[in-house]
Amino acid sequence: MGFEMALDFPRHLLELEALTRPQIEGLLSLAARFKRERARARAGEAQTDRRSLLRGRNVITLFFETSTRTRSSFEVAAKALGADVLAFQKDASSVAKGESLEDTVRNLDAIGADALVVRHPAAGAPRLVARAVRASVINAGDGAHEHPTQGLLDALSLRERWGTLEGKIVAIVGDIAHSRVARSNIHCLSKLGAHVRVGGPSTLIPSGIEELGCTVARSLREALTGADAVMALRIQNERIADARLPGARDYARTWGLNARTLEMLPKEALVLHPGPVNRGVEMSSDVLDSPRSLVMDQVDSGVAVRMAVLALCLRAEVPA
Amino acid sequence: MIILDSGRVIDPASRIDGTRTVLIDGDHIREVREQPATPAEKLVHQVIDCRGRWVLPGLVDLHVHLREPGEEGKETIATGARAAVAGGVTTAVAMPNTKPVCDSAAVVRFVAARGREAGFARVIPAGAITRGSLGEQLADMAELKEAGCACVTDDGRPVMSAGVMRRALEYARDLDLPVMVHAEDLTLSAGGAMNEGPVATRLGLSGVPAAAEVAMVQRDILLAETVGARLHVAHVSAKGSVRAIREAKARGVRITAEAAPHHFTLTDDAVAGVLPTSAAGQPAGEPYDTHAKMSPPLRAESDRQAIIAGLSDGTIEAIATDHAPHGALDKQVEFVHAPNGVIGLETSLALTLALVRAGELPLGRAVERLTVGPARCFDLPYGTLAAGAPADVVVVDAEKEWKVDPQRFYSRSRNSPFSGWTLRGKAVRTFVAGRLVHEEGK
Repeated sequence: MGFEMALDFPRHLLELEALTRPQIEGLLSLAARFKRERARARAGEAQTDRRSLLRGRNVITLFFETSTRTRSSFEVAAKALGADVLAFQKDASSVAKGESLEDTVRNLDAIGADALVVRHPAAGAPRLVARAVRASVINAGDGAHEHPTQGLLDALSLRERWGTLEGKIVAIVGDIAHSRVARSNIHCLSKLGAHVRVGGPSTLIPSGIEELGCTVARSLREALTGADAVMALRIQNERIADARLPGARDYARTWGLNARTLEMLPKEALVLHPGPVNRGVEMSSDVLDSPRSLVMDQVDSGVAVRMAVLALCLRAEVPA
Repeated sequence: MIILDSGRVIDPASRIDGTRTVLIDGDHIREVREQPATPAEKLVHQVIDCRGRWVLPGLVDLHVHLREPGEEGKETIATGARAAVAGGVTTAVAMPNTKPVCDSAAVVRFVAARGREAGFARVIPAGAITRGSLGEQLADMAELKEAGCACVTDDGRPVMSAGVMRRALEYARDLDLPVMVHAEDLTLSAGGAMNEGPVATRLGLSGVPAAAEVAMVQRDILLAETVGARLHVAHVSAKGSVRAIREAKARGVRITAEAAPHHFTLTDDAVAGVLPTSAAGQPAGEPYDTHAKMSPPLRAESDRQAIIAGLSDGTIEAIATDHAPHGALDKQVEFVHAPNGVIGLETSLALTLALVRAGELPLGRAVERLTVGPARCFDLPYGTLAAGAPADVVVVDAEKEWKVDPQRFYSRSRNSPFSGWTLRGKAVRTFVAGRLVHEEGK
């Protein structure tokens, strides 16, 4: 019996909010296997060839926003499973004026996509795509809604360190309002038994975020005290233009993670960042490069998680 | 003569709710009497048996977008007016945000003439407050009024300048012309796609705070109060607006208000594909359903309750649809890119009756909000069955259960958030000026 049968994983991965804990745990177990196999291969030990899993299948990455890491991570993952990969880069603004999203994806579907990996600036766009095509749709980030594989890879890195997320406290600090990473992490981590705190200036905390199952910390100290891990989110310059922040320096003074503020965090606690990092704004270099930083491990987890997602959504038969 | 025999006549303007017979003589009401049609009358006149039916004044809808001139692919005056009478609406005030904007007598006369040619609901144009609805210079309000406008409004494009609004209110006051406001502070609503709150946060959509509406309602109340003008607040969506209007009324400000069926039936949960418990059993849409997108947006349950309370206590005197047709392709896009607006002419009566059945609004009040309430906002001589009044009448089968199928709408557009709903109550015959303009099933 294939791995996926026991999981009953959905064909589309649109959001983590809709997944059950067993679905997430099953996926993480598969991803952990892939990650170990990759580590052994890198170390020159046993090679596990997974290229038969998706041989002959077409994975199309369709990005309406620029991205380097997520997209290359998906492409490496698809290739590691033997899939053929086709990359489409579209400018969402020109699409809005011309061909509709639905028409665009129907065409790609007709070309013969088995999976469409979609990143789009509009929240909900992957759902619109899923309604229009036969292919499996994998959300690679939609507006400020969700970034499911990011939530999963963060959970994988943390689970590997801790064994379980049950009872752990994870603080997410920064621009929660515009962050799909925050939303996916809140859903994913809390489903796995962790408690999520979010923190940042009130201008960046969206109204009613508590209803997603997290608590809101009103200061960095409140966010970090007793936390088992802290994740800093990228602060973008647009937040200064739209009057949500006075400036990067003022943000760093109150919410930035640096050697001084990290004193508030327990010694053994971990530090994460979904990247790309503004060094010296939300996180200082010494923190980013410290032994407690999981940032590089997150990238490694990313490929493994995306392999697992593709394998499960495309119903690959993974031998035990 | 046409005799509507022995129906349950509900005419709040005349304080009637009981079995009556309505006599229509030409284009006006001759009499509403207790005595049923006599055998002699049955020989001479057209007698329509209305036993088991309700007989109401034709509905008055102060807020519809008929899209003509300029966007005839979405709706025309003829299709919109036809949809109106199918919904029991006999008077529709057409918003001026057409292409070109209705800011001159020429456009007013065009709209009115098209309405007369169509021969369904009465179509009364609303003129613009400012030239081109650009919010800068005053439109020719005297000319607009003379040409037949019921009010002026820059609906959809709020007058952001308090200075311009103050002058507009003063000028309109001299003409005794009501000023209808689409209350929205664009600096507060900028970028928002739905109501600000937990649902928007969960879906990752930018929010429009209730304050965007309430702040403008407060501003315009202050200005109208200062200059003594008549203010009409369109599509009230927020609890704070209801409170502000209620307080202004208590102070004697000349203010009226309307609310739309979607705002008293749905909440912002509908954007996530979730219906309020009061709509249990109705089919919910999908998350990011663009048919739940309009301006002002669907709000929270407490706002919905406040609107119902406002309708009940008279703070809000009119139910108006804000009927806003859009093509299927316009709505079949990413939520943030979808245009605002839903259609409502063919569902407003049944949705209002649903409030009555839920015990949230007394029947007499509901009928008042659909008829004489709105008529009085703009001094229209409709919305009543009083002797001598224009014979705009709707015969309603209050028990008729029907499924909302937008494909069968008379409107040219299909963008209803109530598709697939099972509703009760339908206009079975609609008369405008004594003429039968709609008969259900015909």
